[in-house]
Amino acid sequence: MRHLLSISDLSRDFALEILSTAHELSRVSENGTKKLPTLRGKTVVNLFAEDSTRTRISFEAAAKRLSADVINFSAKGSSVSKGESLKDTAQTLQALGADAVILRHPASGAAHRLAQGRWISGSVINAGDGTHEHPSQALLDAFTIQRHLCDSKGDLAGLHIAIVGDILHSRVARSNILLLKKLGATVTLVAPPTLIPFAWQSWGVEVSHDLDAVLPTVDAVIMLRIQKERMSDLYFPSSREYSALFGINAERASLMKSHALVMHPGPMNRGLEITAEVADSSASVVVEQVANGVSVRMAILYLFIAGNQED
Amino acid sequence: MSSKLVLKSVSILGAAPVDVEIEKGLISLIGKGNASDAQVIDCAGFVALPGFVDLHTHLREPGRENSETIATGSKAAARGGYVAVSAMANTLPVADTAAIVEQVRNIGSNIGLVDVFPIGAVTKGLAGHELSDIGSMASSKARVRVFSDDGNCVWDPLVMRRALEYVKQFDGVIAQHAQEPRLTEKSQMNEGSISATLGLKGWPAVAEESIIARDILLANMVDARLHICHVTTRGGVEIIRWAKAQGMKVTAEVTPHHLLLTDESASTFDPIYKVNPPLRTQDDVNALRAALLDGTIDIVATDHAPHPIEDKECEWENAAFGMVGLETAFSIVYSTMVASGAMSWDRLASVMSIAPAAIGRYANHGQHLEVGKPAHITVVNPQGSITVNRDELASKSRNTPFHGMNFQGAVVATIFNGLLTHKVGE
Repeated sequence: MRHLLSISDLSRDFALEILSTAHELSRVSENGTKKLPTLRGKTVVNLFAEDSTRTRISFEAAAKRLSADVINFSAKGSSVSKGESLKDTAQTLQALGADAVILRHPASGAAHRLAQGRWISGSVINAGDGTHEHPSQALLDAFTIQRHLCDSKGDLAGLHIAIVGDILHSRVARSNILLLKKLGATVTLVAPPTLIPFAWQSWGVEVSHDLDAVLPTVDAVIMLRIQKERMSDLYFPSSREYSALFGINAERASLMKSHALVMHPGPMNRGLEITAEVADSSASVVVEQVANGVSVRMAILYLFIAGNQED
Repeated sequence: MSSKLVLKSVSILGAAPVDVEIEKGLISLIGKGNASDAQVIDCAGFVALPGFVDLHTHLREPGRENSETIATGSKAAARGGYVAVSAMANTLPVADTAAIVEQVRNIGSNIGLVDVFPIGAVTKGLAGHELSDIGSMASSKARVRVFSDDGNCVWDPLVMRRALEYVKQFDGVIAQHAQEPRLTEKSQMNEGSISATLGLKGWPAVAEESIIARDILLANMVDARLHICHVTTRGGVEIIRWAKAQGMKVTAEVTPHHLLLTDESASTFDPIYKVNPPLRTQDDVNALRAALLDGTIDIVATDHAPHPIEDKECEWENAAFGMVGLETAFSIVYSTMVASGAMSWDRLASVMSIAPAAIGRYANHGQHLEVGKPAHITVVNPQGSITVNRDELASKSRNTPFHGMNFQGAVVATIFNGLLTHKVGE
């Protein structure tokens, strides 16, 4: 495969290969090897047409640990965010000799457009497109769950994962739903009905509006960031009410099984969807998700760039 | 060129072949021709229909000549078998005064390939607040009878009521672009399982249906004529079917693309499929086809909407809405509706010519092919086929979603006012 655009493009086996590669790479890092020569001479462009500190630095760290040359193109305020044609940007990157473009973009499908436009010859890695998908986040979430709750070769069969919050606008949720189901987990979405697409039935998930009822049954809960502007769009009456009904606090967290994980893709709104107490508790793996993100993104770059030689 | 034109051995609406002679803009003879000094077109195997009339065309001039002009749009229309088009009002400046509609009408007449009937804006600047110079446009040389804010919905119910009432004095019609604006803010595609998966903001069917229902009730109350532009949903069809059963004065159109394509095509994220109103589901497509057959939907209208390449060669959310359609309309309607035997030649003539001309009150158009009638004739080859090539369109724009697709049924020749405005291969 040349591009990572959507989790739906990955076979189950290839998804597991990404995870097992990430395990190996993280083991190498833990043994003290900071840098591998794998992508020496390759140019990786971080094209971020939307603000994102953590995903950008995570990909940058991953590329550098594989010895790639990294060009950061943070387009906020530049021509890209002003609607310069994606085609022109792509052709610029092509002229720079990019072997891979890691694209974060506010428009759903932007990575598809970049990959399918035939404007560039390198790989396109979707680092979040609008409200569509965020495949590397889903892979690092699965990796984190696997590390805690499964053996490193196995899938997630038998696990029950809840995703809580703004499903409607969440690219993290879309990628996670696809990947968790692909790997055998059961998924329950928890949110007010306004924040769940009304056509969710085709997703093969359960939907609940009662977080307290769901929490005792899950092995992990993924809390999504709630954007405060959703309130003015009438998705819920107030952040206070949202927090009371769908936020996780210590009392709610105590309903969970002892092994169950609390996850969050970040950045967290402490006090809104998650209290500081829970975010910093022993059940929380939020910081570990960030560390795992680097290993998973190393695996992605390795498999999609180094593995793409025959193209 | 000789003054006489003969269509040799042509079948009128599927009947036994005859010769049709055309002289001085009129049909001069139907039967066995004997003209020796005429230009003869061998039409064996071809079918003659009343010249097509499009009630919904964006010609873009004035103001957006980078995507289409009245000249290029007229040529595209002639290639598609059209003898009349209705120039939508959303130009720059907006067609909301007599001066603009007369200008559009004049330019169209000077080009002379089709009758260009300007549509007047319902509200000034399409802003939805104040009525445009409706009466002046109606009494102008352009004789405007169809008024529409197309592209925008006349969303304010009071403005809509007043407009419906006002146009009654000259037998006008309001052509409504049914789109409740609050329910469709930033909407990108049909709201359903595809939009949910793609993360593109949904455009609910009810945003269209609620306006259709409201306007049918308003039009009925004030006894005015209402035309619903580009119906796309099963629910909309059912509301119109109910209204017609009550005897209400509503007419409706469907576009060729809504008869064929579904929201699944958005999965490519290619904005060539981005259109307003959006492509819906297969169930909606089935409902639209049935409605076009049973008369619930009266006409096919192209909603020909040209856009330059750069407005489509971008992210879906940043792309323009719309598709060109004049040159492919017949072949799509033929392939989807007629080739299967579902639709008769008579019904095809009605939906492509007779009914749109009647709704627009376009005198001299949409008439059965009879001696003494204006020679507006479209000749088609039911055995022929087309493979759409966007680079060969007469339109100035290339935004067809049908590029590379093959359709049965081809327009062979178009005769407007007795003049051959298009002949295949020429």
